[in-house]
Amino acid sequence: MRFEGKHNHTWRKIKSALACTIAFVSAILVILPLGLVFFYLLVNGIGSVNWDFFTKLPAPVGAVGGGMANAIVGTLVLLAIAGVIGIPVGVLGGVYLAEYGSARINSVLRFLADVLNGVPSITWGVVVYGLIVLRFKSFSALAGGLALGLIMIPLILRTTEEVILLVPNGYREASLALGVSRWQTIVHIVMKTASRGIITGILLALARVGGETAPLLFTAFGNRFWNHSLTEPIAALPLQVFTYAISPYDDWHRQAWAGALVLVTGVFCVNVLVRILTRGRGASPL
Amino acid sequence: MPAITVEEAGAIQPTRARMSPPSRFGDKAFEWLTLAMAFAVVVLIVLVGWELWSGSVLAMKKFGVRFLVTSTWDPVAEEFGALPFIYGTLVSSLIALLIAVPLGIATAAYLTELAPLWIRQPLVSLIEMLAAIPSVILGLWGIFVMIPWLREYPFPWLQRVLGWTPFFSGPIYGPCMFAGGIIVAVMILPIITSVSREILRSVPDLQREAAYALGATRWEATRIAVLSYAKKGLFGAVILGLGRALGETMAVTMVIGNTPQIAASLFKPGYTLASVLANEFTEATTDLYVQALTGIGLVLFAITILVNLLAQLLLRTFTAASDTRAVQ
Repeated sequence: MRFEGKHNHTWRKIKSALACTIAFVSAILVILPLGLVFFYLLVNGIGSVNWDFFTKLPAPVGAVGGGMANAIVGTLVLLAIAGVIGIPVGVLGGVYLAEYGSARINSVLRFLADVLNGVPSITWGVVVYGLIVLRFKSFSALAGGLALGLIMIPLILRTTEEVILLVPNGYREASLALGVSRWQTIVHIVMKTASRGIITGILLALARVGGETAPLLFTAFGNRFWNHSLTEPIAALPLQVFTYAISPYDDWHRQAWAGALVLVTGVFCVNVLVRILTRGRGASPL
Repeated sequence: MPAITVEEAGAIQPTRARMSPPSRFGDKAFEWLTLAMAFAVVVLIVLVGWELWSGSVLAMKKFGVRFLVTSTWDPVAEEFGALPFIYGTLVSSLIALLIAVPLGIATAAYLTELAPLWIRQPLVSLIEMLAAIPSVILGLWGIFVMIPWLREYPFPWLQRVLGWTPFFSGPIYGPCMFAGGIIVAVMILPIITSVSREILRSVPDLQREAAYALGATRWEATRIAVLSYAKKGLFGAVILGLGRALGETMAVTMVIGNTPQIAASLFKPGYTLASVLANEFTEATTDLYVQALTGIGLVLFAITILVNLLAQLLLRTFTAASDTRAVQ
């Protein structure tokens, strides 16, 4: 090894500063797309977000104007169906992982849930197509909601488990010592204490699937009109953005930007809400 | 506390025996209910595998291994070879990794080791917001903002500098494999960054203290004591990012050009497994066509499951080895 004294030390200092600068530039490059996407959404979208957008149906091809009222309602309906399926299964499954079960079984289940989280969302569309759409010979709101609900299950399961594990054991012991049965302890003490975290997890999962397009392409399918029955195709905001974005019409492009702006605003509102819910608490599920 | 005489204690004993024990029914029912819900994850994996397998078994029987190694995709002639899609998926994911891995890991190192403390939390929040942008919106931005810009400035420049290689030759259309790779990189940057950050945070402080005690500069401590210690975990983060890249659908469908071909030039349009599903599934008219597309879904599922298994194993062995927190 060489020893070059002062000169070497200066060089090492420079190298360190250089590395810090490169890391800083990397961080800027990572968040740059966020700023750019936001900027262009505002510039291109804000002009078309008006009263009509929220209250009217899409205009026919060629006609200017119209809105996405049916798509906005459609997305809310799909989220409701997804929630009915995904929330109970995810939350109760998370309770099992945190409160019951042997360490071996739980680590396997946890592992599988993490693997499920990595399954491409379009795969769920194909699966639900085979399960529901082919069987009942119709695209439907139920099929779309089911696809989104299945995606939610492993997401909610993992966040619920993590926040329930944060509840101090003393709470459980105190309740059990008073003669409260185990399941009542879990429901009334443990889940209640962790409720903010559980709700946070649910909201994040809803925000995540609310922006999903791929699983809806051949389940919910989209609809130019109002949906009157859950067994019929239904419109959804991300689907509508996709259809309009790849269309050749300028007016539809404007609508796509407006739809995207509304969608992103919704998703970010949920994320801000989550931040408020978890403020001042060290333990965020993420 | 009043003393209890022997007689009194004796008198208590039979009373306690006469009390009926509290009902265990609620407890058992609740445990079984939650168990059933937790087993949903097993059911779901089996269900997905079974549904994709049974939905594509005819096509698999007809084409066999040809499905994976031939490159003719002709629904009219009912000739289906998935090779161009597999190629497109792998190449676009590879481009994405080449861009996202250095940026993501450098950002994670910045967030945990190098950045001033006040800047860390805001940066983390911004990266979480980037992760929250739906894929379809990034695709919209890709079509109308990113591609025109790429076609105007970076692509011609790349062609001037590297045009002599086959990768950057030929005409520049706009939607192409390279654009697809870039958009996928943006999609996977948040997950690579946040998982890498978790990994670096779990490196014991003793490592850093030892390096600083030996007179290391900030960068040397980061490189020697933190990054090389966390190598395995970081590799897990990269593989996890790869899993997401392979399955990325909407954004890449909107910018990759959707042409099933195997071309060396990254300026030529390509196609991925996920985007052929997105584009053609609802248009598939014949049974065999639907079967072939479901087969594409099966291939995609198999690849992502394997990649994710590997990623989770790597991450788990790393955290198990370095976890200093008490296990609950």
